[in-house]
Amino acid sequence: MDLFNNIILILDATLRVSTPLIFAALAGMFSERSGVVNIALEGKILASAFAGAAAAYITNSPWMGLLAGVFVSVMFAMLHGFATVTHRGDQVVSGMAINILAAGLTASLGNFWFHQGGNTPNLVDSLNGIDARFEPIVFPFAKALEDVPVIGGLYSELLSGHFLLVYLALLAVPASWFLLFRTRFGLRLRAVGENPTAVDTAGISVVRMRYMALIICGVLAGLAGVYLSVAVTAQFLPNMSAGKGYMALAALIFGKWRPRGALLACLMFGVLQAIADRSQGAMIGAFEIPVQFIEALPYILTVVLLGGFIGTAVAPKAVGKPYVKERE
Amino acid sequence: MKALLTLAAATVIGMSGAAVAADFKPAVVYDTAGKFDKSFNEAVFRNGAEKFVTETGIRVREFEPQNEEQREQGLRTLAQRGQSPIVAVGFNMASAVTKVAAEFPDVQFAIIDSVVDLPNVQSMLFAEHEGSFLVGALAAMVSETDKVGFVGGMDIPLISKFACGYEQGVKYVTENAEVFQNMTGSTPAAFGDPARGSELAKSQIAKGADVVFAAAGGTGIGVYQAAKDEGVYAIGVDSNQNYLQPGTMLTSMVKKVGVATYQTWKDAEAGNFQPGIKVFDLASGGVDYAIDQYNEALITDEMKTKVEAIKADIIAGKIKVHDYTATMSCTY
Repeated sequence: MDLFNNIILILDATLRVSTPLIFAALAGMFSERSGVVNIALEGKILASAFAGAAAAYITNSPWMGLLAGVFVSVMFAMLHGFATVTHRGDQVVSGMAINILAAGLTASLGNFWFHQGGNTPNLVDSLNGIDARFEPIVFPFAKALEDVPVIGGLYSELLSGHFLLVYLALLAVPASWFLLFRTRFGLRLRAVGENPTAVDTAGISVVRMRYMALIICGVLAGLAGVYLSVAVTAQFLPNMSAGKGYMALAALIFGKWRPRGALLACLMFGVLQAIADRSQGAMIGAFEIPVQFIEALPYILTVVLLGGFIGTAVAPKAVGKPYVKERE
Repeated sequence: MKALLTLAAATVIGMSGAAVAADFKPAVVYDTAGKFDKSFNEAVFRNGAEKFVTETGIRVREFEPQNEEQREQGLRTLAQRGQSPIVAVGFNMASAVTKVAAEFPDVQFAIIDSVVDLPNVQSMLFAEHEGSFLVGALAAMVSETDKVGFVGGMDIPLISKFACGYEQGVKYVTENAEVFQNMTGSTPAAFGDPARGSELAKSQIAKGADVVFAAAGGTGIGVYQAAKDEGVYAIGVDSNQNYLQPGTMLTSMVKKVGVATYQTWKDAEAGNFQPGIKVFDLASGGVDYAIDQYNEALITDEMKTKVEAIKADIIAGKIKVHDYTATMSCTY
């Protein structure tokens, strides 16, 4: 029973940790499937986390935070599009520039507006009547079923009591799959990433398709950022994305640019993190496992799994190449 | 860019202040967390720099490095401009101070939380283990499960010193209590990852901990939020953080870095700058536990009497708190 409870708690933590990764990986998928390399995910997460927390605090509403976060993230995606699609700039350089811009801009604006060293004020502050954080969603009967064996653990602990965005992330996976692989729009989007010349010949605007993909990318990355600042921490702190954008990019490659693969990779990173958090200080005989080893474990496993079991991941053919209509 | 602006602003202010006292020019270099980190650096700013400026009218030049490379550069710039004494905040500054202090033997430096063995450097150390012992004792008094947690930032001896003192305090009150300990990581980024802090705290709470002490900088913000969400107590660190989550912040282990900084400038102004190691402990008020309007309802009179007795015993030497950094192990 104890083992069962432990597994439930680890899976519960997995969902929380994986959520921003899932959003970001799907965001990257839309962008890269359309042929635009997106290492700017990290910057978008950070920018939307800041915009979300700042707007939520000022308007005292998490929903306004959500809107603002998504809006800013889409704007950053448009900036990326303007540089790389319209002006055919180098996609990696533009992405890196956006990451640096986001890291500096969020901290500076935060300091300028709130005078707390780049932090935003806490989104839950009963003394000043501020309550702008997303509340966890408790399923009906969750409280009543809490003590029922097995069902209580599965239903009340694992399924119920997460933030709305957690469920949204899980729903976004099949939705993305449907959009990409079962609609005309998705087919065109993928074609633009594989062979833009052919798509252009068929009379479809490559530029328009790539911008559309970037808008979707911006929305999804924005949700990841808002989840971090408006839901989990209830506050923005400089650099709080802590590399999650890059993790998501790794998950995307791991998952071979497919929704299901990316989801599984994100969940794997999540479960490793959750196990790591719980096994710190664990003993093997008289020997304590050092924190550095536990920290490195997800990466070691990634290398081993990627090298040994997953096989080669083939990127979309036209990814990273700006589309030039004709030689001038 | 921001650092430049800060410096530029400080320069302008510095000029107007020069009329008041031309020869005493104190300065401070914060760590990369920034002077508003609600914790360590902010304590230096609020109780040190700000207080010194309002009380003496002498301007304090400030520098906030934006990355690790700027630490040395900031120190050197201030030293070149004749600022002295320059207080460097945090153990991360040790190598920069060692280098720059050797280049400017006539400038006085002070470093918090680290030892730099040079004739013009004051090393300000704090007895974190004693303060942590007190909050550990308080944690054990309110714990109903006899299980408490500790979330550290970066895995370094200084943070282990907090953990070890805390554990001793807990076990002093409840001998068979369990103390769960987690370190967030092994790089300075471990002091700024609130989402991870929240996860670590939740894992400890799931194991039964009902009080969690965070000595983890910005990561602690996530720990306090998680404690509030799960309805258990949290303990703050460095600054008085009781106000962050009123009602679930049991207390804070305050490290009076600001007071110490203020004292160092005062001494230097009077011509009594003391190089070498200076320890701020429980007896001298350098560390303590915090009670204010946000947590006074949580600490009963009985608890207060008990913890004050423990405090007196530590000061009198009747309770010996083991210092992790003395032996690099927590065996006591």
